[in-house]
Amino acid sequence: MSYKIALAGNPNCGKTTLFNELTGSKQHVGNWPGVTVDKKEGVYRKNKELSILDLPGTYSLSPYSAEERIARDYMVEEKPDVVIDIVDGTSMERNLYLTLQIAELGTPMVIAINMMDEVESRGDRIDCEKLAGLLGVPVVPIVARNNKGTDVLMEEAYKVARSGQTPGELDIYDADLYAAIRGNRLTEEQEEMVADLRYTYIAELVKQSVKRKQTAHGETNSDKLDKILTNRVLGLPVFAAIMYLMFACTFSENFLLVPGLPSPGVWLAGIVENLWGALAENVTGLVEGAGASGWIVELITSCLDGIGAVFGFLPLVLVLFLLLSFLEDSGYMARVAFVMDRIFRHFGLSGRSFIPMLMGFGCSVPALMASRTLESDKDRKITMMITPFMSCGAKLPIYAMFAATLFGESNQTLLVFSIYMLGIVVAVIGALVLNKFAFREGASNFIMELPQYRIPTLKSVLIHAWEKVRGFAIKAGTVIFASTVLIWFLSSFNFTGMCQMEDSFLASIGNAIRWIFVPLGFGDWRASVGVVTGWIAKENIVSTFGQLFGGVSQEAIESVSAGEQALPAITQVFTKVSAWSYMAFNLLCMPCFAAVGAIRREMGSWKWTLRAVGFQMVTAYLVALLINILGNLIF
Amino acid sequence: MQKGAYLMTLKELEPGQSGKVISLGESGPLKRRIMDMGVTPGVQVKVIKVAPLGDPVEIRVRGYELSLRKEEASRIQVEPA
Repeated sequence: MSYKIALAGNPNCGKTTLFNELTGSKQHVGNWPGVTVDKKEGVYRKNKELSILDLPGTYSLSPYSAEERIARDYMVEEKPDVVIDIVDGTSMERNLYLTLQIAELGTPMVIAINMMDEVESRGDRIDCEKLAGLLGVPVVPIVARNNKGTDVLMEEAYKVARSGQTPGELDIYDADLYAAIRGNRLTEEQEEMVADLRYTYIAELVKQSVKRKQTAHGETNSDKLDKILTNRVLGLPVFAAIMYLMFACTFSENFLLVPGLPSPGVWLAGIVENLWGALAENVTGLVEGAGASGWIVELITSCLDGIGAVFGFLPLVLVLFLLLSFLEDSGYMARVAFVMDRIFRHFGLSGRSFIPMLMGFGCSVPALMASRTLESDKDRKITMMITPFMSCGAKLPIYAMFAATLFGESNQTLLVFSIYMLGIVVAVIGALVLNKFAFREGASNFIMELPQYRIPTLKSVLIHAWEKVRGFAIKAGTVIFASTVLIWFLSSFNFTGMCQMEDSFLASIGNAIRWIFVPLGFGDWRASVGVVTGWIAKENIVSTFGQLFGGVSQEAIESVSAGEQALPAITQVFTKVSAWSYMAFNLLCMPCFAAVGAIRREMGSWKWTLRAVGFQMVTAYLVALLINILGNLIF
Repeated sequence: MQKGAYLMTLKELEPGQSGKVISLGESGPLKRRIMDMGVTPGVQVKVIKVAPLGDPVEIRVRGYELSLRKEEASRIQVEPA
């Protein structure tokens, strides 16, 4: 007989740490249908009969957020055999609110009081037996991060699951209110009454079961640290320094301002790239040596490139998520929101959107995955839709090519700067528009817990980063691989067989769709092909142009990408205005397939992925159109 | 003594000052949210600090730290301690 166990609890109560301890590394991470909320499942390490589901962290079961709706619906409809409610022992009063709501649903439950080590070090005492007696449910003290008490907890959970024993009715409300709560049809007046009654009841529970050493709340180390980190004067510089370090560790090629010193992220990416390159070369050599025909060799090369593209992103994802999960688990992420809220609320977003958007200047892939740290489903979706507007590193070669070819020496910096600014401005306007028209429900507010600072365990940081890397490789990898091979096929074949790019299916497609781009100022088939090959990786646009505008050598393409050499042939097609329009279009339109794969992975649905891509395409078209019209009026 | 004379809003409390919540001044889901987080009429709150950019504010309620915007705080009536 197997049993379903669900873990429920407030955010920051140590629920995920407990889940990791119980299930080890064998976890399945996905999404709840239609929303960007994690769904984690696993099996208890010590008893395979017990499957464990990690419900989203919530403060309450009122259907206020997507998380609350999921947690409530799961407990009511899926009927787990037992719910383990994790309570942060250092914040009993607020945590017990959810406990009462779960008990009211009538689901079999066990309560785990977590962080007992902190409770003891404060000199406080929690009488678990007393609490168990008052609530009529087993109560087990645990320290999830040290795996203390978890065996006893699971024994109790197993017993409750087997007996199916439900918590009795608590003497909180009269029969009418109870019926209304169970039926989930409270009036606003009743809601206020219920909240008040619950907290009054909790105050009594706490009074009887918790002995506090001192009545006044003394200053903890966490409070002292917070005085610096959110200080009125020091808060912002410290924040800027932390953000800079995080960005530099992941993306910088001149780490800590030392020229030529790669950051951990770039260094790892280089190693992976070299290893993969060597492997790919050997495989290709073997196939060629075996006397395979040309197109088979090409196919294998393109497949290897496709897989290499996935691998190339893994170090960035790994490094960024080691850092991000450290910030998240330590409690600093909530302060990021606290510090930045003033600015971001004007765009209808939360301060936490700052991190994905900042990372977007490095690479959209880890940036999009970082949107998971946002607290509401709406904010996550909007942030994912606008993050690719931040100009990533791979788009720079496109600007360099146009700058060197069409713009004078003095204007080059200004040109690149203007494109970066354009991305930011469009992102802000995009967020406002999406908020106004696409996501009208869910008024923005900032009622949020600022949790105690804690040093995260190495294990939980590593598991989190590993999950992200694996999730990206599997979910996004298939998207990237399939689309890379498809574009390769379109660009190297026509109906008669293998051919050069200028005679390929892709060229025919470019010719067929070029009219779409006429209003934008670049209605040329080669420009259209560039847009398509840019979806594999944006820097591909430069090599495509090198090839299509009169065979340019590989070395020449590299110096064009670095802005050291012009590509005069493109002036046949582009003027300054249409070049600007083309750069804007490629900045804003669908990002590379790797980023689309990341959006797919995080959105958890194709419907939302297509909406995001559609939004980006329409935005790119409108902005480029506007640039072309206004540019031609002015210049 | 007229009790009402001492009422002010949570926004007007200075960092370090405490007060007792009298009314929330909200309705609908936002009100429920505030109450779910433990800010109910009668509870003691203490303003801890204001964010570096002047908004939001951090308060201590029911033994933990909660942040809310000044806009929300301006509708919550308190009786200063």
